[in-house]
Amino acid sequence: MEKKGWDGFEIGAMLRSFDGAARDIATTLPENRPYSQSNLFKASVADWRIEKPLFNKDYCIDCQFCWIYCPDMSIIARDKKMVGIDFDHCKGCGICVEVCPTNPKSLLMFPEQKDEEQALAGWPKKEKNAKAEEPKED
Amino acid sequence: MADTMELLDIEVWDGNMAASQALRQVQVDVVAAYPITPSTPIVENYANFEANGYVDGEFVMVESEHAAMSGCIGAAAAGGRVATATSSQGFALMVETLYSASGMRLPIILNVVNRALGAPLNVNGDHSDMYLGRDSGWIQFDAYCPQNAYDLNFIAFKVAEDHDIRLPAMVHQDGFMTSHTAQGVATLTDEAAYNFVGEFKPMNDMLDLDHPVTHGVQTEEDWHFEHKARQQHALMTAVIPKIEEAFDAFEKLTGRRYNLVEAYDMEDADVAVICMGTSVETAREVAEEMRAQGIKAGVVGIRVFRPWPLEQLAAVLKNVKAIAALDRSSPHGTVGTLFNEIAGTLYNSETKAVLTNYIYGLGGRDLTKAHLVSIYGDLKANMDAGKPTTPLQQYIGLRGPKLSFF
Repeated sequence: MEKKGWDGFEIGAMLRSFDGAARDIATTLPENRPYSQSNLFKASVADWRIEKPLFNKDYCIDCQFCWIYCPDMSIIARDKKMVGIDFDHCKGCGICVEVCPTNPKSLLMFPEQKDEEQALAGWPKKEKNAKAEEPKED
Repeated sequence: MADTMELLDIEVWDGNMAASQALRQVQVDVVAAYPITPSTPIVENYANFEANGYVDGEFVMVESEHAAMSGCIGAAAAGGRVATATSSQGFALMVETLYSASGMRLPIILNVVNRALGAPLNVNGDHSDMYLGRDSGWIQFDAYCPQNAYDLNFIAFKVAEDHDIRLPAMVHQDGFMTSHTAQGVATLTDEAAYNFVGEFKPMNDMLDLDHPVTHGVQTEEDWHFEHKARQQHALMTAVIPKIEEAFDAFEKLTGRRYNLVEAYDMEDADVAVICMGTSVETAREVAEEMRAQGIKAGVVGIRVFRPWPLEQLAAVLKNVKAIAALDRSSPHGTVGTLFNEIAGTLYNSETKAVLTNYIYGLGGRDLTKAHLVSIYGDLKANMDAGKPTTPLQQYIGLRGPKLSFF
């Protein structure tokens, strides 16, 4: 954000979310919203993350649990389909991994520097001896 | 729609009623208050007006003065006309939030009925609480009588809410001496009073849903300094011209004249007493008596304590030879605040008056005419000697051995 001088900004310890009027904002996709420069959406607030979640779409069932549970709205979903992770805002808390119900999980935590392709290549296989057997459909 | 209240041209009101009538007439939207002696009747009266349909507002009962000012801050950020009242210990509890209100540039009006700060606990008037607010970034007006308390509330709203200002303002009056002493108060009609202040114009209000804002953000070393500088710039450059404008408009409306610095008999004065609150009126009486005895005595009352009217005061004191700064607060470890301010005002000026300091009236102790006669006597001696003939700081009206410092 531009470091303005003392006479260069609006008065009060006040920041605007959007540039100009923001009507029907709930029905506007984030990438189309007129976020102001001071809005956190424009800032990376993830520099203290030491582990990151990575997403493997081969196993995802689009249940949206991760999207619902993420405390930082960092799961990007479109039309109820999981798309990816917003790494400018994800703090690496691991909740999305914890709530992921697939076997194997479609989201797993890796060290921050881990290469994504490598991670996907080494993704774990389905666990045969899962904690409980899934109930059979009759 | 609120009911109109028919007022006599002159009502017999104490300072508290005068202040609460002003809050009613400007139709304050939100009063969040926690009662404390001697300011309690201001918010109590307002609640009464609200309950009886004379105000379209909200009275918010809270659990402390800290919560009262916090509620005011929220209501002001939401976009309402907001006021409250407090005194003494309650003011002290508000202090943290006072800085938030001014830093967030929210034009809240706080009626402070000045009262001593304990310990020992004391409900009577002195200026300890007023001085405690002096660095908080608020505009501070000082009333000397109920009429002033009424009038200065209108001035305070008009100045504070102006979009070039957007700073909170306090209207001070002396506990009991003003707040509980009924006097004739010349009134404005509800319509004239409201029109003088005008309709509240919100700015960056949170209830403007098309323009969402975050109020009260955190900044660190990269932004904080610029924010505080901007606040100081507004307080130092924009406020005084706007107050003078409001004083002029108010005189046009009512015939009553206010000045940043109230000068009485100062045109040819050799010696001057500078004080605030009800003491100004006592000093004026004594100054007249001193003049009958051949001492050219004057009185200076500080009407606007913050921002400090440095240039206006320097002009008033230009030809004075001896000055007494009367502080009604224990400075605890240095000279009194008025002494400091006046010394700072005159140090680089041509005026080389002898300046001394008197601590008086703590916890509601009376400042008598005899005290003032002895002060003018000291000033005469200082003038004749061209230097202080007494210690720099003396206590007056105090029992026991004479107490003085420096």
